[in-house]
Amino acid sequence: MRDNQSWGQYPLATDQTLYPFSNRFSLLPKVSASLLPRGLGRSYGDSCLNDHGVLLSSTGLNRYIDFNQETGVLCCEAGVSFDEILQLAVPRGWFLPVTPGTKFITVGGAIANDIHGKNHHIAGNFGHHVSRFEILRSSGERLICSRNENSDLFYATIGGLGLTGFITWVEFNLTKIDSSWIDQEQIQFHSLSEFFEIAAESETGYEYTVAWVDCVSSEKDIRGIFIRGNFAKPQATENYKVHKLTSLKNIPVYFPEITLNKFSIRAFNELYFRKNITPRKKNLVHYEPFFYPLDAIHNWNRIYGKRGFLQYQFVVPYKNDSGAAVQKIIQLLNKSQMGSFLAVLKTFGNVPSEGMMSFPKEGVTLALDFANYGEDLYQVLEECDAIVRSAGGAVYPAKDARMSKESFSAFYPQRKSFEQFIDPQFSSSFWRRVR
Amino acid sequence: MKKILIIGATSAIAQETSKVYATAKNELILWGRNSQMLEAIASDLRVRGAGKVSVISHDLNDLSSHQKLVNDIWTNHGSVDVVLVAHGVLGDPRKAEVDQAEMLHLLNSNFVSHASLLTYIAPKMVAQKNGTIAVISSVAGDRGKQSNYVYGSAKAGMTCFLDGMRNRLFGTGVHIVNLKLGPVDTPMTKDHKKSPLFGKAPQVGAGIARAIEDQKNTVYLPFFWRYIMWIICSIPENIFKRLRL
Ligand SMILES: Cc1cc2nc3c(=O)[nH]c(=O)nc-3n(C[C@H](O)[C@H](O)[C@H](O)COP(=O)(O)OP(=O)(O)OC[C@H]3O[C@@H](n4cnc5c(N)ncnc54)[C@H](O)[C@@H]3O)c2cc1C
Repeated sequence: MRDNQSWGQYPLATDQTLYPFSNRFSLLPKVSASLLPRGLGRSYGDSCLNDHGVLLSSTGLNRYIDFNQETGVLCCEAGVSFDEILQLAVPRGWFLPVTPGTKFITVGGAIANDIHGKNHHIAGNFGHHVSRFEILRSSGERLICSRNENSDLFYATIGGLGLTGFITWVEFNLTKIDSSWIDQEQIQFHSLSEFFEIAAESETGYEYTVAWVDCVSSEKDIRGIFIRGNFAKPQATENYKVHKLTSLKNIPVYFPEITLNKFSIRAFNELYFRKNITPRKKNLVHYEPFFYPLDAIHNWNRIYGKRGFLQYQFVVPYKNDSGAAVQKIIQLLNKSQMGSFLAVLKTFGNVPSEGMMSFPKEGVTLALDFANYGEDLYQVLEECDAIVRSAGGAVYPAKDARMSKESFSAFYPQRKSFEQFIDPQFSSSFWRRVR
Repeated sequence: MKKILIIGATSAIAQETSKVYATAKNELILWGRNSQMLEAIASDLRVRGAGKVSVISHDLNDLSSHQKLVNDIWTNHGSVDVVLVAHGVLGDPRKAEVDQAEMLHLLNSNFVSHASLLTYIAPKMVAQKNGTIAVISSVAGDRGKQSNYVYGSAKAGMTCFLDGMRNRLFGTGVHIVNLKLGPVDTPMTKDHKKSPLFGKAPQVGAGIARAIEDQKNTVYLPFFWRYIMWIICSIPENIFKRLRL
């Protein structure tokens, strides 16, 4: 059994002790090893790992504290999952203010990575919707943090990679919805510039935008499907009904490594592109497949085999060079035959991140999945890092397993002033790697 | 809307069962020791939809308090539809083999306290002519084995007690459910090596609510423990005594 690893199953941590933290009034365990909070382990690389240390598991901290049905302000313990919040909120006409591509994450994890979603251009990050939380430090100190109270620690903890202390509870705002359905429109595009055009035109009027891209087609430019949508106005039937997936499929074993090769990846992408026969398609979909298509298959990370896989997500400004850096990276990956099974492209809006170390900034972000091809892949990604560096962008720590210290310092020059907020007993495998 | 009394309400499994009742808008009475945790759980259940939640914080091993506290509950609430008795400790089995205090602690916290509570609760339910009493027991009570027979014998005693009481109360409108749980992944078992046989608290918690709803006599949770225990119980003692279980 591979317990307490990260979602990418690479790198593998050794000698970790799990400490279930289920009473928010108690103190952190008195141990000499380093501590790292841990939610549902949906981070890909090693930011949720702590070699030779203790993982403070928050999943037992799953109680609600208060919910105001009128204002949508929810106060809950940090281990409550987005999945649970949806079950509570959707039938009452509320939704998560920001959600990633999986609902199996915790509120604490959402803050520590200051996660973003398909509505970044309108709603910013998760942190923007957080009003208060409590931090428990290894000294035994408890600090309530907000924009007015302990505000330095508030901004350091949002996007603070779990290093500033243990978040015990959080207060944040939900978003009002009129139904649990999304008016969705899908548009094919055949080049990066076409993508930017559709993205610009969708920035107003569409709350949720994202694009799936085929980076491995033999065509010269990229192609893909732009997906945009809004919560639908009340429908006569099915209103607020939480969608139950008819079958939750499970991947019970690790797939053999040959399953995902150059050819199957290309075939998959071809099929995916062709599933949209018409260049434009409008339909009504439930929020579940719209936001969480991958959650329908449990443990889908196992299709990459035992060596695990890597995600690579970066953001670069694009307004001045019409996305030259993205274009370069895609070409580089294509040349090196490193096929990405799934690639997601999205523009971030101009809402500045509040967290000191938050990843999102105005620009375009591309997220790619790679089977763990080994050294060759790390080499190519190193070259990608160089392109991101010179474009003034950043790579997302929540999905990183390999960036160098030098790249990290270039992406996050504020890391030095961040260090003063780190709890002396807290650390992670990621942090030791990039520091 | 039903009134549900949860005894040992801070246990991870009891919390999961309470959530099921809260979501269905029932009223809950939580009894446990740690008042801070009880209040935290009560708030959670209110947010989930519970009609009303009240808490009683008192040590369940204080047997002398049982009669008064049970009386108070019926005085304050009039009637109770379901009682779930969920407290218990695993203790230190090695220590319990040689240490009288630890051995008595295990028996008291897993059997004596329950029997005492039921002695006062059963007549209340009989008087109201309906209700269900469900008690969390363990597969460990099905056959004594070296690794935890003190705990196991408390649970075996529990089973006998519940069977007898169910038999006695038949026809009164009061039903008794014996919940035989396999090991569950909770803070109580945090120091145990996990195997695929470990149940998950939310599933087991929901299974308890279902068993009560279905008026089962004895249930195994997760269900496959019925078959495992059937096999374990059919091993002849001459062989069993040589096994390291
Ligand atoms: C399919 C999939 C899609 C995804 N899509 C997106 C996306 O669209 N946008 C996006 O931003 N991310 C995305 N992610 C990444 C994911 O949202 C983040 O990694 C998230 O932080 C994971 O939360 P978790 O609860 O699993 O935390 P973990 O992965 O367990 O931990 C993440 C970090 O949070 C810290 N942490 C956890 N709990 C606490 C606490 N109580 N106090 C302090 N620190 C804590 C940990 O120390 C660690 O640094 C995706 C992941 C997957 C698997």
